[in-house]
Amino acid sequence: MSLPTFKRGIHPKENKSLTSESAIEDFKPSGEFVYPMSQHIGAPCSPVVKKGDRVLVGQKIGDTEAFVSAPILSSVSGTVKDITTRMTISGGIEQCVIVESDGEFENGTTLVPRGDFKSLPPADCVKIVREAGIVGAGGATFPTHVKLSPPPDKKIRWIIVNGVECEPFLNCDNRLMREEPEPIIGGLEICMHVFPEAEGVIAVEDNKPEAIARIGREVSERGCKARVMPHRVKYPQGAEKMLIYTVTKQEIPPGALPAEVGCLVMNVRTLYHIWHAVTDGIPVTERIVSVTGDVIANPKNIRAPLGTSVRAMIDAAGGFTGDPVKILAGGPMMGISMRSIDVPIVKGTSGILALSANAARSFTETNCIRCGRCVSSCPMGLQPSLLDRVVRLREYAEFEAAGGMNCIECGCCSYICPARRYITQSCRDGKAGVMAARKKSA
Amino acid sequence: MDQLLSVSSSPHIRSETDTRRIMAWVIASLAPAGVVGAFFLGTRSILVIAAGIISCVAAEAIWQKYMKQPVTVSDLSAVVTGLLLAYNVPPTIPLWMVVCGGVFAMIIVKHFFGGIGQNILNPALAGRAMMLICWPIAMTTWTVRGVSGATPLAVLKGTDVSGTLPSIADAFLGNIGGCIGETSALAIIIGGGLLIYKDIISWRIPVVYIVTVAVIQTLLGRQGAPLMEIFSGGLMLGAFFMATDYTTSPMTSKGQIIFAFGCGLIASLIRSFGGYPEGVSYSILIMNLTTPIIDRLTMPRVFGEVKDHGGR
Ligand code: SF4
Ligand code: SF4
Repeated sequence: MSLPTFKRGIHPKENKSLTSESAIEDFKPSGEFVYPMSQHIGAPCSPVVKKGDRVLVGQKIGDTEAFVSAPILSSVSGTVKDITTRMTISGGIEQCVIVESDGEFENGTTLVPRGDFKSLPPADCVKIVREAGIVGAGGATFPTHVKLSPPPDKKIRWIIVNGVECEPFLNCDNRLMREEPEPIIGGLEICMHVFPEAEGVIAVEDNKPEAIARIGREVSERGCKARVMPHRVKYPQGAEKMLIYTVTKQEIPPGALPAEVGCLVMNVRTLYHIWHAVTDGIPVTERIVSVTGDVIANPKNIRAPLGTSVRAMIDAAGGFTGDPVKILAGGPMMGISMRSIDVPIVKGTSGILALSANAARSFTETNCIRCGRCVSSCPMGLQPSLLDRVVRLREYAEFEAAGGMNCIECGCCSYICPARRYITQSCRDGKAGVMAARKKSA
Repeated sequence: MDQLLSVSSSPHIRSETDTRRIMAWVIASLAPAGVVGAFFLGTRSILVIAAGIISCVAAEAIWQKYMKQPVTVSDLSAVVTGLLLAYNVPPTIPLWMVVCGGVFAMIIVKHFFGGIGQNILNPALAGRAMMLICWPIAMTTWTVRGVSGATPLAVLKGTDVSGTLPSIADAFLGNIGGCIGETSALAIIIGGGLLIYKDIISWRIPVVYIVTVAVIQTLLGRQGAPLMEIFSGGLMLGAFFMATDYTTSPMTSKGQIIFAFGCGLIASLIRSFGGYPEGVSYSILIMNLTTPIIDRLTMPRVFGEVKDHGGR
């Protein structure tokens, strides 16, 4: 039997077993919580609280008028200790609200439980989603209410649930599907309520049979009109473009959004939040993070309040057993390496990965031997070796002409390259170079 | 510990296969052909092979040292070139000629163009071509266990009227005259099969190349076609080990098929109509020159783009 998939791609070592069988553990630390004002793609928020204010769980502490944005909520109750710049998990310096927790977790959300969503007008559901601070939980952190408001001329025909989790090591989505499938399918039903003509398709990679079974049971028990579609295991199956191609056999044109081809892609965790926000009035104040890697003592999946420091998360997983050379936010293929672990987890943090020098080896580049492996692994159909070469010659126009702007930075080319070339990094530089040139000529 | 964290661009993991490992597999896959060659053609073959390898490795190391470049002989690519060069000469050849060929292949063909990955011609084949021009007699004197004899291709060509064709079985196993690594089709297929199985080369170039030669020569009605045609001479070695050289062959699947077809066509034409009994080396060298343009014309289609942007 051959399961559906996309063209090209790679098979990195999965390393999922470190955390795949560990049930989600709740972690409620005390002390200081840090909330960067930008935890999503789009306009950053401005603080709406002052130093010294008392805040409650779910209370808005940052917001903006901009449409493509999502409010920041406090995940604890306590006192605003400071509003200042701090380093974030991606290594940037941003404005942050810092709250000293009182350990009470006193609830202060303005959302009200609505119970049955079927009587709610779809526009109200979308409004609740914004107020709840929901953004794409897969890592792209695109504000979900924006996704739910496509241009009126674009008909949504598919709602694709992304339960693929193709990054090695990570299991937060897998565990959520296995342990709490109800809110996921409930969230899908709310989306189908907003887009009544759309078909629901739940995509899960075939390496998660328990999740497939559990989600399938939930779908049939609830009588949800969606189908579970197992996908062949291949990286980067979870990338939006590859997922849409696998499910609908349509290729998103360069620069277009999924709505262009009638698709809405929602991460399982995002749906979970939608359900809790609409029916129970619970906004986004926590997330599940896979804390794993070869130098973590007890790799596990931890549900913690947003704003918790990475250091506290690592301590909660037993600390280090050896010297990590790299600590990543996210998975090993697309994750960002952190400069410091005294940074807070944010809405887009799916994993904290501590790797030893052996697991995250650094290599010396050698000449490209023209083996073609990068070409036959690039899911975007690019010629990475060519992009790598032209970027190093600073020929950005050539980079653009060769389609370089389509690069999704999945890392397949660098992963596979026997000459150990840093091709993905070249592509990033190339994209930045093209953008800079565009700005100059604009 | 914060100071010690290394910050770098993703991805943070790499596959196990590096250039050196690839070259090691190529060497392992070439071994059977060499063993069979030494068995049928005599132990002097081993000296020739050693001369080929040592001269290539030494030439590369000395050149890089002298040019103040990092010495990269540990990537084993020079060993592969040396092996292939030795496989492409008769076992009776004077060793100093092999050394000249090796030095020429490494310095002129490989390093004048920028080293591994940059050369436009296959170094071993270009080295062999140079030797054929300089020392035509030494390069075409064949013996099997001390008895000089004709190669099947020379017989087919009619340039050697005294010779007789060996049996297909002898040609397949390698009990025929020829260059050291060329004689045993069986040993080459075993090695080439290993490379395909290990995903180091694709089946496209060898299969398309060999099939093209078989079909064209059968259509031309050559005596012994298709089997004697494909089992004799350098076709097997060329198709599996030289036309598949990464650096000098196209990267895309479509490009590889075009390239291999071109090789097959040119080799057949030379064998049937050209001045030489054998045309494999030249067919590959000629197609090497077309690789950049084939690559340009067969660029993959970018995901989501309607038209092939390669035709720009
Ligand atoms: S990082 Fe870019 S160029 Fe490399 S494989 Fe992914 S999409 Fe292709
Ligand atoms: S994978 Fe690396 S060595 Fe192979 S063609 Fe691409 S860049 Fe060159």
